[in-house]
Amino acid sequence: MSWLRRIPGLGDPTLLGLMFLLTGLGIAMIYSAGQVEVPSVATGIWVRQLAWLCVAVMAFIIASRVPIRFLEWFAPWLYGLSLGLLLLVFAIGTGPSGSWLELGPARLQPAEVAKLGTIFMLARLLGDRDQDFAGLSRLWKPVAVVAVPFGLVLLQPDLGSALVFGVILIAALFWAGIPLVKIFLLVSPAVSLLLGFNWVVWGAWFVVLLVLLYFHRPFVLESVAVILANFAAGALTMPLWNSLAPYQQNRLLVFLDPEVDPRGAGWHLIQSKVAIGSGGLFGQGFATGPQKRLAFLPEQHTDFIFSVVGEELGFIGVLLFLGLFAWILWRVLRIAIDTDDDFGSGVTFCLFAVLFAHLVQNLGMTVGLLPITGLPLPLVSYGGSFLLLVYAGFGVIQRVAAER
Amino acid sequence: MMMMDSQKMALRRQRGRIALIASGGLLFLLAAAFFRLQILSGSQYVLRSEENRLRAISVPAPRGTIYDRNGLVVAENIPGYVISVLPGPRDTIAATIDRLAGRLDISPEERLELLAKNRARPNEPLVLRDNAGFDQVAFVEERRPAFSRIVVEPRPRRQYPNGEAVAHMIGYVGEISEPELELPRFEGYEPGRIIGKDGLESQYEERLAGTPGVRYVEVNALGSIVRDFDVGNGTPAIPGEDLELGIDLGLQIMADSIFPEGMRGGVVAIDPRNGEVLLLYSHPAFDPNRFIGGIPFDLWTSLRDDPDKPMLNRVSTATYPPGSTWKLIVSTIGMRTGDLDIRSYMQHVCTGGLSFGNRYFQCWNPRGHGGLDLSGAIKGSCNVYFYQAGQRIGLDAMTAGAADLGFGERTGIDLPFEIAGVFPESRAYFDRRYGPRGWTESVVWNLAIGQGENQQSLLRMASFYSALATGQSPVRPHLARDENVAVRRMGWTVGLSESQRQDLVAALTRVVNEPGGTAYAYRPQHWTLAGKTGTAQNPHGAPHSWFVGFAPVQDPRIVIAAIVEQGHPDGTVSLAVPYASRLVSRYLESIGLPPEPGREPRVAAR
Repeated sequence: MSWLRRIPGLGDPTLLGLMFLLTGLGIAMIYSAGQVEVPSVATGIWVRQLAWLCVAVMAFIIASRVPIRFLEWFAPWLYGLSLGLLLLVFAIGTGPSGSWLELGPARLQPAEVAKLGTIFMLARLLGDRDQDFAGLSRLWKPVAVVAVPFGLVLLQPDLGSALVFGVILIAALFWAGIPLVKIFLLVSPAVSLLLGFNWVVWGAWFVVLLVLLYFHRPFVLESVAVILANFAAGALTMPLWNSLAPYQQNRLLVFLDPEVDPRGAGWHLIQSKVAIGSGGLFGQGFATGPQKRLAFLPEQHTDFIFSVVGEELGFIGVLLFLGLFAWILWRVLRIAIDTDDDFGSGVTFCLFAVLFAHLVQNLGMTVGLLPITGLPLPLVSYGGSFLLLVYAGFGVIQRVAAER
Repeated sequence: MMMMDSQKMALRRQRGRIALIASGGLLFLLAAAFFRLQILSGSQYVLRSEENRLRAISVPAPRGTIYDRNGLVVAENIPGYVISVLPGPRDTIAATIDRLAGRLDISPEERLELLAKNRARPNEPLVLRDNAGFDQVAFVEERRPAFSRIVVEPRPRRQYPNGEAVAHMIGYVGEISEPELELPRFEGYEPGRIIGKDGLESQYEERLAGTPGVRYVEVNALGSIVRDFDVGNGTPAIPGEDLELGIDLGLQIMADSIFPEGMRGGVVAIDPRNGEVLLLYSHPAFDPNRFIGGIPFDLWTSLRDDPDKPMLNRVSTATYPPGSTWKLIVSTIGMRTGDLDIRSYMQHVCTGGLSFGNRYFQCWNPRGHGGLDLSGAIKGSCNVYFYQAGQRIGLDAMTAGAADLGFGERTGIDLPFEIAGVFPESRAYFDRRYGPRGWTESVVWNLAIGQGENQQSLLRMASFYSALATGQSPVRPHLARDENVAVRRMGWTVGLSESQRQDLVAALTRVVNEPGGTAYAYRPQHWTLAGKTGTAQNPHGAPHSWFVGFAPVQDPRIVIAAIVEQGHPDGTVSLAVPYASRLVSRYLESIGLPPEPGREPRVAAR
């Protein structure tokens, strides 16, 4: 293995192997997703994913060759570029929700680019030792860095990706050593937004908040701001909810009870649960799952690829995939901990958090633990530009590991 | 804020631990969710998955075959095919129908009907044709990929080899209708099932139908059939029970072929010993074979609007004034009350008519019959005699007597829709109908010759003559004959002494076998037929021609009642008599009864 170490920019060969292994399994599942008895776009699409993999490997190599200091210097430019792309989407976006950019034969999702750009920008900001984040109000800079792409993505509208930006913010602040209570107070208005449906629960939340503020004793103005923000968010809940289109409301409601709309919004979730559940311990066998084969399972090659895993490989297969993910995440976390450099460490931890958020959200959605928001499963789901960016991220992580 | 490196590293490790615990916990939660779904409720989801993709398709049970008394087939099954569409989006089904309409001969009216049926039952397969021909099946099968939602299943198809001859008795079959599905009688029936719609097919539906089986096919999310699914969880169809009839199919065919040209009417024959119906025929008839697989709209309207009413069963669901055949009922009542015996003479001799008050009642013979006793009056069917007999019996005894003899009730034959006849139950009937002062005692004169407020079915008249022929309570007439068909007697007899009954039988014998008898011209060659002719006045045209009788007179094997509507046009030719007589001869011949001694021997071949 020592010869591997000599490859420039390759800091963790084990991580590299795990990444390729999971990608390979993913392509096998994409192949299986195409084995259906109804004409489907998924048929034969694994070849395209294989082609994308070549491009992604190139991106990985390039990213692993870029020195961390250069990345840090380059972060504002990348951030600016991704904001520009996000704005461009509103003008010339294509695809189902208008969130794609056509680049000749390929398509790019600027939201994915923006995730990388925002991570770099945040890591640079928080790694800057001249900045002081003691007061809650001092956090306005990192919040602003995230808020701009968050807002743009939410307007697309892509709720799933927007939430990932929230995760990035929390992860970056957490890793920068900001006290947990402060982070908590910062996100408290979001909690209010969720709890605003029920006045009793929201009231209880307010009591908790007041107790926290009393013991934490931030500046008075900050306390007032937190209270006001929570109040405003809770009051906004119902108007916001009512402004959603009925299909959007349904998507959120069916997560609570898919049988509300079994033929419409509940269909995906019911079919996914039936597919996974019928897999049992050992599964129906690779490429033969009836739910997928007979086209009951929607989006079986992209967002619901893990339902195919569950149906065809059973609980054993699910544990195998979960185990590989856990191992990969563990290796990434180790690199974030062991790295001296604040910027490198921050970027790595944020990438860890984004990977983990995608994993939890995607799997949680297929078993009905979380609402359907349409986040792909990293390394497994079909999708060229996402694979490319994930590989680029892993390239950066390898570089960080090599420079530690 | 500056931090010492060691301080920073400690913070990192602390935060790393928190991240590890948090993410590990979440991953464990996810694994637990999969465990719950796949291991704890796995079997439940396996079931859901099968429900998703397996569609039950009903396998029709062949209906029981119906045989006549000699084992000849009256109704059978021949191979046929059903073409149906699997449930799915309405547009898709409409498009499929349109693509097949030309080949399957689906008219625009039928198309609308089919779409309405699909709206009512969107989750059931929709039957497009249940009598598809081989070329239609071949058309669909050759284009399987284009018609992936179409199911072609073999389904035994009903056929009646002698449809017209047995139409009114056998009825017909057809797809169960929406209102019929709601009936308790058809509980458990699914749409698309073929049921008996009329006649014996309807009467014995439970026995003939059998139990349909189930087979499963695998469909994809679009509802297209992918393949048959054979895991042994289907059930085979259980064929319906066969049914044996007392009917003589040969006799039935003859009744159809020799029915007087261009006339309407009917005939029923019963074995008086056991109530078995030997013959039940109504004319004009229809071909029940044309009703299989949906009655074409134009055929239905032409049958419905036909002035000859070919759908009417003239044996059990129509009544006629019984005319002179009623004179035997009057004779019986008179003998029971003691007003008459076989040698009773009346006050006035027949001069061709008789006055009552200011009305003059005619005899059918304008030259008059002269003086007659009861036997002679029966033989000559003298109205003048019976006017006076009716007068002597009186209205009260007449109405009470008829009720005692079962008139006004149904016979209880095993056919749907039998109707009871009409006969006044008492004076109250006339008060109700005409008002207390709106009628006179002369109504009894009319009743006595089988006219007036008197409507009887062939079946009812045959039952009375059965009782007269045997002296026993008549058995309820029944078409099916086997251990499962209850043989029940009617609970009344003619109520005469044996000698009185023999006197009446002798009088009936004279009608057919003595010169001057009204049926003498048509007496059978080899056996003694006893019976009564009738000429029932008909306000709409020529009188109806009746004959009711039985043979051989000593040991009756057949009671026959026949009517030819407007079959007695000029007062001389009574069409029902030769018709009935030939059928009686044919039947007695077919059961191998030797000719009676003293009769001409049978000629082997003519």
